[in-house]
Amino acid sequence: MSGHHTTQGSPFAPHTATDTEAMLDAVGVETEAELFDIPDSVRFDGEFGIEPRSERAIRAEVAQTLEKNDDLVELLGRGHYSHYVPSLVDHLSQRSEFLTSYTQYQPEVTQGFLQVLFEYQSLLVELTGLGVANCSMYDAATALGEAATLADRLRQTSGTRVLVPEHLADGRREVLANYVGGTDLTVEEYPMDDGNVDVEALGGALDDSAVMVYAENPTVRGCVEESLETIGDLAHDNDALFCLGSDPVSLALLQEPASVGADVVVGAADVLGLPTSYGMGMGLFATREEYVRQVPGRLVGASTDDTGRRTYTLTLQTREQHIRRERATSNICTNQAWVALRAAIHASSLGPDGLADLAKEAVTDAQALADRVTEVVGVKAPVHDRHHVREFVAHTDQPAPAVAADLEDEGYAVHVLGEHHIQLNANALGENEVDEFVDALAEVAR
Amino acid sequence: MNYDQARWTDDDERYEPLLSEKHTAPADLDDAPLPDELTRDSLELPDLSEPELARHYTRLSEMNYGVDSGPYPLGSCTMKYNPKFTEDVAAIEAGAVHPDRSPESVQGNLELLYDLQDYLGRIGGMDAVTLQPPAGAAGEFTGVLVAKAYHEHNGDERSEIIVPESAHGTNFASAALAGFDVVSLPGGDDGRVDLDALEAALSEDTALLMLTNPNTLGLFERDIEEISEMVHDAGGLLYYDGANLNALLGRARPGDMGFDIMHYNVHKTFATPHGGGGPGAGPVGVVDELAPFLPKPQVEKRDGTYDLFDPEHSIGKVHGSLGNWLVLVKAYAYIARLGDPGLSDASAKAVLNANYLATQIEYEVPYGPFHHEFVASAGDQDAADVAKRMLDYGVHPPTTKWPEIVGEALMTEPTEIENKTTLDQLADAFNAVANEDQDALAAAPERTAARRIDQTGAARNLRLSWQALDDE
Repeated sequence: MSGHHTTQGSPFAPHTATDTEAMLDAVGVETEAELFDIPDSVRFDGEFGIEPRSERAIRAEVAQTLEKNDDLVELLGRGHYSHYVPSLVDHLSQRSEFLTSYTQYQPEVTQGFLQVLFEYQSLLVELTGLGVANCSMYDAATALGEAATLADRLRQTSGTRVLVPEHLADGRREVLANYVGGTDLTVEEYPMDDGNVDVEALGGALDDSAVMVYAENPTVRGCVEESLETIGDLAHDNDALFCLGSDPVSLALLQEPASVGADVVVGAADVLGLPTSYGMGMGLFATREEYVRQVPGRLVGASTDDTGRRTYTLTLQTREQHIRRERATSNICTNQAWVALRAAIHASSLGPDGLADLAKEAVTDAQALADRVTEVVGVKAPVHDRHHVREFVAHTDQPAPAVAADLEDEGYAVHVLGEHHIQLNANALGENEVDEFVDALAEVAR
Repeated sequence: MNYDQARWTDDDERYEPLLSEKHTAPADLDDAPLPDELTRDSLELPDLSEPELARHYTRLSEMNYGVDSGPYPLGSCTMKYNPKFTEDVAAIEAGAVHPDRSPESVQGNLELLYDLQDYLGRIGGMDAVTLQPPAGAAGEFTGVLVAKAYHEHNGDERSEIIVPESAHGTNFASAALAGFDVVSLPGGDDGRVDLDALEAALSEDTALLMLTNPNTLGLFERDIEEISEMVHDAGGLLYYDGANLNALLGRARPGDMGFDIMHYNVHKTFATPHGGGGPGAGPVGVVDELAPFLPKPQVEKRDGTYDLFDPEHSIGKVHGSLGNWLVLVKAYAYIARLGDPGLSDASAKAVLNANYLATQIEYEVPYGPFHHEFVASAGDQDAADVAKRMLDYGVHPPTTKWPEIVGEALMTEPTEIENKTTLDQLADAFNAVANEDQDALAAAPERTAARRIDQTGAARNLRLSWQALDDE
């Protein structure tokens, strides 16, 4: 079969009939089928029943399928955010030399991507204040899981308990449970007090059996955490690692993690570079320089080439699975490099003030929306008397599931947290959309 | 073929300068809408205009090599052409929704995922498929957790996973991450599983045997049915590493060979772009008996409506959400484009290309008959040097020095996308290098953006950020 000229075969296999003949000849067989050394008993003679379609038909088909989604204004957050992604990001990240390249195992011919990843690492070093950031993890949840196994490797003798906040996204909690499943670690929750860490309770829960304390800033409910230094001190007093969850937009404004004693920072780095993509993400992972040999995933370092010029290359690969196998620091191989490229371009295009402004707006937008919705009869917001980034929890006199369902009928998606709590992310609303949303909420919340 | 990679040189010290060397500025944090004690003191970041950035990243892209640049026969990596239209399909905005949307409100996304699960199930001969794992290694981890949960559910404590010595490093690491002891299985003289060694390795502790088929030498495990019987008789399960599935499309299915669990590398077999290292996706297929253990949530279809449900004995989650959506959409579009005839032709041409290329090169290929890839030996030459020199001929070199069963290995997988002319050029590159002396090899590469890079120096004098460079 000659693929690209007919409807038969793969359109991406460029063999002409003449070439195929010549190649079969050279190999010394008459048909391609002879090349398959598969016992008859396990040969597949059936059909998949997948009809090939044209490019045009598939584009139309998928567009039609996805149009079945309700067109809702999303006030959803809890770890997944949609900041506007400039056109520059799409156009540059789509350059074939970037998009269609593999991992940089031949650095001389992949300096471009290596430099991008080096710059990405550097941006995170600046934002976290920590000495090392890796090339990416899959998402915030797997980054948290990797942080726990890092803690296990660093301080194996001193403890087995990982302490996480009562308020935590389900996905992060469940992925963490699986990542520690192969270790002696156990995961325990500590309570929150009005949206922030209950430091007294945390202190009471801590002793030298703790190996890691995880906290978030902002929290999953959007609260700015006010006791970071105390949390860090508590962790360190008990010989535990302090792991902080955040994201690169919030970090442009909130306390620098290193300044409050964070040993590891994890989070959703995809808040830059990607719009919400049904949960596809990119995990931020940064830590102190002294732990660099225990870091999971790829690291790009600077070196020199034979001309003496500065170059970049993957380094400390002896940590990784392709060399160290079952003693590797992680099983990760394929990561989210292309998303890291997009995040780096996005951050660069915003620049220092642009990034800081985005964070400031996330604070003022949340405040402004809370001020508006709390005027609605039957709604009080924010539930937690804290500063907020992007989002906040609101109380509804009516049952929250009913309010959310009614809002969905009005064209809005919100989180339901409990019987009378909904969570609203202001970030997604355009200026004109605030009034409309508040009107809709007023209709359904009474 | 002649080749010179673009090389932007700033001076004797550096190529394209770092963003931080162009222009940085402090962020204005003065009018922060938060109390001082809750904000950071300073933030210094690159501060460049859009035209400056467009040029920076365009230059960097020119100093990078992708499948669209030239042949990329990296063994085990399946560097196929990534059809452009799949990018446009993935960019359809209606699908770019928040992962916490109600199932009723995202029927379109769920339908596409359901259809992709169905496609993958048919292609692999599996009964149920999860799309959640975000990469091949994550798929392995998922499969291992499913096996663990299955055994535990049956009150069966099993602590070992058997992995052939020549397997992908991720197999070992994924098994270890889930807390298993890894039993490394030595290969037989013919490069395949040695049944006696397998017999010796199997025990009542065996939870799983992880196999790649064709294996990393490109050889089909002819004894797969016997292997399957042995593993199952010992009470273990059989895992299929999908890295080499591109060899078998439409010819054989893991499910028909006795595999209980498999992962698919959609960034290999189904042509989604590798993106400089990711993202990929590593869906996992299982037989009926294991379906209740799959990650949550799963997509189901009832009376024409799609919904999410948690399998009865689910292992929980391996990704914070539903996986790498954009990658999955591209894989769906690719499979739909090829359909039955295209998928089977892709494998036929991938296997033909590997076999043809092997006849055209002077390096010895010790094992066969191979399928979509072969492992040649560089003989007296250092495979790493061979790779560097091949770069000068405008081709990406094969995977080197692995699997170790072949000395100075050149693991070569041209995929189906190359025509005869390109394969001949690739063979010319192999053969030119085969006939060069050590001096020429040691001096390579000369025509790439950077010359030979000091790897040892990078590890010895760690500088992982521009801040670290500034501290020097």
